[in-house]
Amino acid sequence: MITVLESLNTALHRAFAFDERVILLGEDVLDPYGGAFKVTRGLSSKYPERVLTTPISEAGIVGVAAGLALRGMRPVVEIMFGDFLTLSADQLINHAAKFRWMYNDQVRVPLVVRTPMGARRGYGPTHSQTLEKLFLGVPGLRILSPAALGDPGELLFQVIIKSEDPVLFVENKLLYLLPLDENTTLQEFTIQNWQVGDHPLPQGLSSPLSLFPPAPGYSLSLRGAPQPMLTIAAYGYMAELARQASRKLAYEHEIFTELVVPTQLAPFQIDAILESARTTGRLLVVEEGSLTSGWGAEVLARTAESPAIKLHHARRLAARDLPLPASAPLENALLPGVDEIVRAVLSMVIK
Amino acid sequence: MTPSLVPDHTILYSELFKIRRFEETLLDNFSKGLFSGTTHTYLGQEANAVGVLSHLQKQDIVFSNHRGHGHFLAAGGDLRTLFAELMGRAAGVCGGRGGSQHLHWGNFYSNGVLGGILPVATGMALAEKFKHSQAVVIAFLGDGTLGEGVLYEALNMASLWSVPLLFVMENNRIAQTTPVELAVAGSIQARFTAFGIPAIELDTSDVLEICFASGDLLSEVRNSSSPRAIILHTYRFGPHSKGDDTRLPEEIALYRQQRDPVRIQSARLDDQLRREIEDRVNLQVGTAFAEAQAEPYPVIDSYPDQ
Repeated sequence: MITVLESLNTALHRAFAFDERVILLGEDVLDPYGGAFKVTRGLSSKYPERVLTTPISEAGIVGVAAGLALRGMRPVVEIMFGDFLTLSADQLINHAAKFRWMYNDQVRVPLVVRTPMGARRGYGPTHSQTLEKLFLGVPGLRILSPAALGDPGELLFQVIIKSEDPVLFVENKLLYLLPLDENTTLQEFTIQNWQVGDHPLPQGLSSPLSLFPPAPGYSLSLRGAPQPMLTIAAYGYMAELARQASRKLAYEHEIFTELVVPTQLAPFQIDAILESARTTGRLLVVEEGSLTSGWGAEVLARTAESPAIKLHHARRLAARDLPLPASAPLENALLPGVDEIVRAVLSMVIK
Repeated sequence: MTPSLVPDHTILYSELFKIRRFEETLLDNFSKGLFSGTTHTYLGQEANAVGVLSHLQKQDIVFSNHRGHGHFLAAGGDLRTLFAELMGRAAGVCGGRGGSQHLHWGNFYSNGVLGGILPVATGMALAEKFKHSQAVVIAFLGDGTLGEGVLYEALNMASLWSVPLLFVMENNRIAQTTPVELAVAGSIQARFTAFGIPAIELDTSDVLEICFASGDLLSEVRNSSSPRAIILHTYRFGPHSKGDDTRLPEEIALYRQQRDPVRIQSARLDDQLRREIEDRVNLQVGTAFAEAQAEPYPVIDSYPDQ
């Protein structure tokens, strides 16, 4: 059984072997260290010419990578902590994500920026955040965030090899050591696979970037359970907590839910969430980022705009709008966990 | 053109005059509503682009900034499509999407956020080095950009990774309305040399001087595959944008009298040749302007999703 970390590391090795235009830039990525979270381990030993350990220059290295991508390379950047993406924001928003559109579709920017995000390790206010919400809705930037479902490494491999547009690939830190236990999960859950692009975008919502290769999504229901009465939407590590919560709800409260787990956050293609919410009439969106103007806000706005969906109840569960503290009890108090998800669901189904 | 050859005075003058007339036509017609958005003209700085880019080879890359019309034209860009871009027409360099500050044609790129282009240019030079293409990258920046931190990240990486990149630092002594004395401490040259990037400094509007100096420097970039910088002290004759000049008119007049690159180069031609060149360029610019005006506006079309 391999972990998410091994899956991602193997994918990088595969991508390097598959296409010699693939190169890696990041801080402290050289062996034996192999990156702060070891996702890039082994690459510099095997491909010393194609792995650049960089100065601590998060803006600069994303810019360099955008230049490499414009001139035919397939760069992968590791930003050591997702918190530091704020330093790369100008490069992502005003350069990499804009080039294709503002240059009238004459260029492509096959750039992948990978970064670990997330809390629950006591790293404190500047090393624990879930900041991808700041980049949601940036035209031209695709944001992917796998869970411990399916094959996260395969998704990474596909975007490195095939994407023609910039991708922000968000990896929750707590996912790294989780096993890819699809088989164990399968024993308990029915998993329906879908992918973005299964449903064409509604008219007028065309995207300024390519959605190729398509990103997978997963819909989970407990085997043999009655029709779900509520939809939970969650991504990344929060999907794992939501899975535990849905199990608890079933066994302890006889409340059955469907869990919808996208791996693509932007551009927004949430047909699977909408379809599930249409049948259950209740939608809980859970995220680790802070509440206000987050991913869930956009999901609920789009749900409200869908004429086919009449919701009895909709709710967001997210981190409180505060910086994340270092102290473990304080940190836990600010973040939604399994118990909070269970309580939120109960509040939505019990009159 | 290589530095060992005598530059063609006719071509240099023609290029300088073309940029001058393009920018004058632009400013003259902005107030008539024939152009939209904003613009930053290159009046007074023409010798920089013409001198440096006279050495441009087919495979070379230029990354320009917000004040990029002169760079674009000196790199061989087309008058009509540049006019059309600034008018927001479909036939523009970028179909009207980019406007004045966001151009891409061939190996020419520009962007309107100061500083950010420099790591991108560094990455391009690194890509060409990986590909063994022999191409060099020429990146333009101004004194205003010296305030942007990402510039120093780019200088550091360009030097660390020894990429074929020429930084062309145009000090026009003013950033929008802020004189360089109020925004730049210390030495400009030392900013480059501190990173191990050899830098030369010129205080001239003479295209020939710039042509010779940059030719030698570009040969070094090409032969050694490592970065260099040329600092060109220059002067902007026009406003930052359209009507936002805070300098004293007498100051500008003095520089126009003493530092006009077009006039300096015209003195090297006999009157008849000069008039022939000017007539030809005036016709080209006038035709391009008229043709651009006749082009249709773009429409928003459905963008391919897959």
